[in-house]
Amino acid sequence: MSLSRFSQLLALYGPFGRVVILTEMPSSLAVDARGLTKVFSKGAVRALDGFDIEVPIGQVVGLLGPNGSGKTTAVRILSTILQPDAGSAAIMGFDVQKQASSVRRVIGLAGQYATVDENLTGTENLDMVGHLCHLARGTVKPRALELLEQFGLSDAADRPVSTYSGGMRRRLDLAAALVARPPLLFLDEPTTGLDPQSRLGLWDVIEALVKGGTTVLLTTQYLEEADRLANRVVVIDSGKVIANGTPAELKRDLGATVLELTLADDASATTASEMLKDLSTKVTHVDGNLLELTVEKGPAVAAEALRRLDAADMPLLGLSLHEPSLDDVFLALTGQKTEVDTEALTASTGRKGRKAKETS
Amino acid sequence: MTELTITPAPSLAGSSRHALSDTWTVTKRNLIRTRRVPEAIFFSSLQPIMFVLLFRYVFGGAIPVAGTTYVNYLMPGIFVQTMCFGAIQTSIGLAEDLHSGLLERFRALPMSRSAVLGGRTTADVFRNVFVILLMTIVGILVGFRPEGTIFTYLAACGIMLLFSYSLMWGFAYIGLAAPNAEVAQLMSFPLLFPLTFASTAFVPLSSMPGWLQGFAANQPVSVVVDAVRSLMIGGTYYSPSSIWKAIAWSVGLFLVLAPLAVRKYRKA
Repeated sequence: MSLSRFSQLLALYGPFGRVVILTEMPSSLAVDARGLTKVFSKGAVRALDGFDIEVPIGQVVGLLGPNGSGKTTAVRILSTILQPDAGSAAIMGFDVQKQASSVRRVIGLAGQYATVDENLTGTENLDMVGHLCHLARGTVKPRALELLEQFGLSDAADRPVSTYSGGMRRRLDLAAALVARPPLLFLDEPTTGLDPQSRLGLWDVIEALVKGGTTVLLTTQYLEEADRLANRVVVIDSGKVIANGTPAELKRDLGATVLELTLADDASATTASEMLKDLSTKVTHVDGNLLELTVEKGPAVAAEALRRLDAADMPLLGLSLHEPSLDDVFLALTGQKTEVDTEALTASTGRKGRKAKETS
Repeated sequence: MTELTITPAPSLAGSSRHALSDTWTVTKRNLIRTRRVPEAIFFSSLQPIMFVLLFRYVFGGAIPVAGTTYVNYLMPGIFVQTMCFGAIQTSIGLAEDLHSGLLERFRALPMSRSAVLGGRTTADVFRNVFVILLMTIVGILVGFRPEGTIFTYLAACGIMLLFSYSLMWGFAYIGLAAPNAEVAQLMSFPLLFPLTFASTAFVPLSSMPGWLQGFAANQPVSVVVDAVRSLMIGGTYYSPSSIWKAIAWSVGLFLVLAPLAVRKYRKA
């Protein structure tokens, strides 16, 4: 069944089972939030400050930002856990405040702190969620087993979660979010603190879900993650959207390709800098025998630089082109280095407890 | 993969059926947790057993009571005290769920809003039934000989369970208000000590100074202990009015504490 048909059907049944005539047709946006504002600690912390986001059905949108930028607050509001102080949000056409129970029926939420019950087994956790999602009797158990199989947890199905590794917990958490086959998935930093192998495994799972038609809103601090998974990236800082576009657009607008040339000696680097400065969009940079040019069309400029140096009979020891990464984009936008390093440190100190409401 | 199935949003009748089934799902989950950590049950049973032995064999000889043996006087007090202390588990359990992030997941599910508190308290009632059984056996082993019939005994148990159920909602509030499970436990003791010890649970009212007697005679723990004693021991302790007072206290506490806890849960 198509997703739009799904949301239409859902929209037809109001919260009390009556058929509701909608004034608008179900929107093609899975998430449509306008001007969301949330203030914590009696006004001291503006976690969200007029935040807008749109997630078209069938797409993956990455919400990218440093710790404390408001990512988690946004997800908590969109998943009806938290009430906004201002602004509005519709999920599959349902208002998060007025139609919260309908919203909960179309979303799945998996978080950075895997919220599964430690003392229950994998099967028991998924059974519990299946019952709480009111799956038809008799389908709860098969669904749990199907998911455990799909996520490579069959062998651990009857072990208490307290014996699971971090990666297994995270997979179970994601499985729990998928029990009721929600058409929209919120993933709040799904791979934070995971080892590289588990991260790659989880990315594969998420990509498979997207292929199956699931819409995803993903928060992350990892630019690589947004680059790989997201169709669009929304960059958030201090509760506000500061950039919005496809990864390629963001790189094109804000990033820059760097052409790095290694010359025979310092003097020829300086000479080359004079010869090639018209190719660079910014001031050229000389460091010893190393010359850096900031360029727009990398390969074409590199070829031109080679021609000129060859014509001047200047030998070249090395040449490299650095395509901009989302890291560069992020740095340019927020003036902050991304937190990958600190994150790796905290991850190694073990599982963090859930912080108070002010988490990013 | 099976086909996507769509269940229509529940009608009002359907949603109250969901409230019951959701409460039962959460209850089962809490009971599984209890079963999976048998150490918790073992050591939490040890404490009341120690109290029985302590009062039966150490302090009991120095506490004169009228009309019955001290162990008969003691056991209704021990039952009620054990349930009061057991209510701490309600606050610890909820504090743990809240701070582990599990309540967060529950909140984003289409489940009944009342099921988390309902499931917690229902599971704790099951635990109390177990505690009553265990303490009855321990009591009988040390000489407890209840008077009356099996029905008066069961009625006494019913009153205790009702009272403990009301009390749990207050402790649910504490669990949701506390910054973590350890603090929830610490916050509970200053409430429980005066209520259980400045009561008729272990010593007769007449042994207390006059200024304390007014509080000790009328506070809910004493009233419930008196009601249980009336039903289990009777004789000198026969007091139908304490039975009604115990029920009134329980219902009153529930009506005040449950809405407080529910409101705290909605905001937590």
